Amino acid sequence: MHEFYRHRIHISDMQRNTLVQLLTFLLLTIVFTASAQHEKNEVIQHGNNHETTQHNEHDKDLSLEEQIKKDIEHHIQDSHSFHLTKGIGFPLPVILWDEGLHIFSSSELDHGVAEINGKHYAISHNNNHIYKTDATGVINYNEKGLETNAKPLDFSITKNVFIIMLVGLLMFLLFASLAKSYKNNNGIPKGFGRFFEPVVMYIRDEIARPNIGEKHYKKYMPYLLTIFFFIWFVNLLGLTPLGANITGNLAVTAALAVLTFIITTLTAKKDYWKHIFWMPDVPVLMKIVLAPIELLGTFIKPFSLMIRLYANMMAGHIVLMTIIGLMFIFKNWIGSSLSFGLAFGLSILELLVATLQAYIFTMLSALYFGAASEEHEHEMTH
Amino acid sequence: MEKIINDFSIGLFFWQVVLFIALLLLLRKYAWNPILNAVNDREEGIKNALLEADKARQEMENLKSDNEKILKEARIERDTMLKEAREIKNNMITEAKDQAKDQANKIIEQAKVSIQNEKISAIADMKRQVANLSINIAEKVVKEQLSDEAKQLKLVENLLKDVKLS
Repeated sequence: MHEFYRHRIHISDMQRNTLVQLLTFLLLTIVFTASAQHEKNEVIQHGNNHETTQHNEHDKDLSLEEQIKKDIEHHIQDSHSFHLTKGIGFPLPVILWDEGLHIFSSSELDHGVAEINGKHYAISHNNNHIYKTDATGVINYNEKGLETNAKPLDFSITKNVFIIMLVGLLMFLLFASLAKSYKNNNGIPKGFGRFFEPVVMYIRDEIARPNIGEKHYKKYMPYLLTIFFFIWFVNLLGLTPLGANITGNLAVTAALAVLTFIITTLTAKKDYWKHIFWMPDVPVLMKIVLAPIELLGTFIKPFSLMIRLYANMMAGHIVLMTIIGLMFIFKNWIGSSLSFGLAFGLSILELLVATLQAYIFTMLSALYFGAASEEHEHEMTH
Repeated sequence: MEKIINDFSIGLFFWQVVLFIALLLLLRKYAWNPILNAVNDREEGIKNALLEADKARQEMENLKSDNEKILKEARIERDTMLKEAREIKNNMITEAKDQAKDQANKIIEQAKVSIQNEKISAIADMKRQVANLSINIAEKVVKEQLSDEAKQLKLVENLLKDVKLS
């Protein structure tokens, strides 16, 4: 005993601090583990309860994993009503063209089949599209799981259309007020403008000018600015609890890519077509070989724009939702907190991706416009 | 692939195109063109202001160098004027000195000449007086010597003795 005390006294202050820290850590770990054990039991009980209630509400034969998969699929798809979370939301107008115009509220489709002007419609839970059905509202699927029912022309204001309108309104108010603040403040922006002006300048000076050229870039600026801010805002909105997966929808990216393609084609100069169909400065045989490749390239370029934005945003949403879903599958303090950390990290990464994808789309559009409006000096002299 | 085509929503495509074009046109009129023009104007303004400031500075520098040049010229002029004045002064002094010397020399010369004349006339006068005196003395001597007959004769005899008949 005496020996031990003598030894204790020789421990320096630093060593004692280390010892105290170590002991505290061990103690905490034990406390955490104990409480975690307790919580785990609770969570499992609670989770089981939750599971059963969910099962009762939806599909009785679905496991938690399948339920999560279904939720993710549901999230990335468009919807005919606006649902923030269970019970909170509102119906949106459905506009159909089926031998005449039919406009009705999506709430009529909430309980299966809806009878509108003597015609029956139902929403397929596979892709949230509206199909024509008989009075019972049954949708038939073929062996590949695709709907075989006839489809009316659907111009409904879906959730995505609603959010696109919202973003459009937001952008209009934001940038119109920015423009006004320039006018009222002697060419110096105020408020939000201070933040957005450098972005506008960046698009002008780093994207439009170098890729299109001093001579023609002004013509394309409105399109580049609109498409950049639209994609950016929509991407960012997709990360909010609104959870709209708009740029992860092929129809949206296809529309944007088609617009870029149309503008490229309509503003193309003589040189652009010459480079496609009769490439200068190469042998005649090569000219003949190159023409179909170049022509195909004009379609592949916007196609790649469409796929790139769609796939990136879609994948981001799926991965993020999956990791959030993992929390409910692990149901223990290590796995769930790990997936929380992962989801948090990924959300931050998605913020970057949201900006990056908007930048890439704008950048490549500018590049294509640049190719279309380019004029070769040496060709003019020929 | 078939699922993707099956799930493609024509309605959403249509709305996206319509809404985007509407947004593009609205923003172009009410936001992008005013913003880009304002920024352009501001950039032009800044560029012009910088150019003008540069010009003003250049002018200032020119003015300063002009001033310095004028100052330098003035200094040089003052120096030359001083130098000229000094030269004139020196010249005047030397001239005055020369003139004075000339004058003095002339006076001395004249004095010498008059002294010479005086001397000559004095000498001449003296000679005349000495001659007169001599004549008077000789007269008196002769008168003395020739006061008696015997002496007159002796003289004649002596004179005659000197005279040789030629």
